[in-house]
Amino acid sequence: MRKSDKKSIPTKYILFILSFLCMVLIVLSFIMPGFASPVKEGVSYVLVPVSKGMNQVGRWFNDRKDDLSELRDVMAENTELKAQIADLQNKNALSVEERSELEELRTLFQLSQQYSTYETVAGRIISRDSSNWFTTFTIDKGKKDGIEVDMNVIGDGGLVGIVFEVGENYSLVRSIIDDESNVSGQFASTSDKCIVKGSLQLINEGVLKVFNINKDADISEGDMIVTSNISSKFLPGILIGYVKDIENDSNNLTKSAYLTPVVDFAHLDIVLIIKQQKYTGG
Amino acid sequence: MLRKFVLTITILIFYLLQTTLFKALSLASVAPNLMIILTFAAGFMRGKKEGMFVGLFSGLVLDLFYGQVIGFNALLYMYIGYINGFFHSMFYDEDVTLPLGLVMGSDFVYNFVYFIFRFLLRNRLDFGYYLIHIILPEMIYTVVVTVLLYRIMLRIHRKLEAYEKRSATKFG
Repeated sequence: MRKSDKKSIPTKYILFILSFLCMVLIVLSFIMPGFASPVKEGVSYVLVPVSKGMNQVGRWFNDRKDDLSELRDVMAENTELKAQIADLQNKNALSVEERSELEELRTLFQLSQQYSTYETVAGRIISRDSSNWFTTFTIDKGKKDGIEVDMNVIGDGGLVGIVFEVGENYSLVRSIIDDESNVSGQFASTSDKCIVKGSLQLINEGVLKVFNINKDADISEGDMIVTSNISSKFLPGILIGYVKDIENDSNNLTKSAYLTPVVDFAHLDIVLIIKQQKYTGG
Repeated sequence: MLRKFVLTITILIFYLLQTTLFKALSLASVAPNLMIILTFAAGFMRGKKEGMFVGLFSGLVLDLFYGQVIGFNALLYMYIGYINGFFHSMFYDEDVTLPLGLVMGSDFVYNFVYFIFRFLLRNRLDFGYYLIHIILPEMIYTVVVTVLLYRIMLRIHRKLEAYEKRSATKFG
């Protein structure tokens, strides 16, 4: 242990100097965010392709695990399904009728599949936040695919999150279940505004917090919450999830509730980034 | 020279494993903290100085990719590596309980400080909840992974020591 001490500066002093340097870096990243992006870019050129490969290995293991358990289920399911086909053919006729009704309702809600008309880019999640405290992830699309900060990310039929950092060949997405995420939402049926907030504590129970709902809002369990038209960053009308457990707040002015997201974040693999950004005139 | 090269590669491999493969294998939405294992091992097997540097660079890699505040993880990991270096004098190849205790302690300290700065300061006060749902599971998972990895790291450590001794006699 002592052998290195005689020829060089004692470790204590190096520790002190390095601590000071780290402090400087911390202060720097507060006063000028993005000062390290050239370094990030450089490192990402090496790490992103490897991440992609490694992630495929991880997925392969996961898939094999799933395959084995699925095979047995699938065989049993097959016989069951054959019986169902006959049944479904009958119901099909009925559903065509219902579908036209649905279309009608959708136009009533003025939601008419709004986000299928946006131009999107598909991206694959290649790695996730190293700590267990936050729910951000990296996707394999970056500046060179036209991704910019604040672009909305959807997938699995609903809102996934927002891009908060972009590199040349990667970008970082903060999901709506992240503890630092806030989304301005509204009820699809009544247009009552609310705030949807991610929480590490609640997401373990599979829900997000919804608050600031007007006390007089005519809402009920299972109502759809979409992104609101007054949000500064999110495009309007993207489905977030379904509301439950509505309660009056103690201030007697607002209600709060919980929201079950439509996106299955644990099994998310491919996401779509909407290239159109919300323009708020600022 | 070889040691620096091996350490750099190991840090990168551990980083990649942690953010890809182990995230896919996470249990109860908690993944093990490989960087802590590496930092601890460097400090414990090689002393304060190496623990400090390995910690610094491990933290820096994490900061560059997933930290909004650059230097935070670097600082934290550096001190964890340094403190683990104090136990270097108690390092024996055969002993397993002390290393596992150290990993547990390191992981706890890391998550505790992380909680204070990233959660407590944002008015998330329910420490008990986070302790039970995040910190403890991560500690246990990390210790289990350490049991599997410790032998391999020990072997790499011995190989490197042997190599350095050989080249030292060659040139000395």
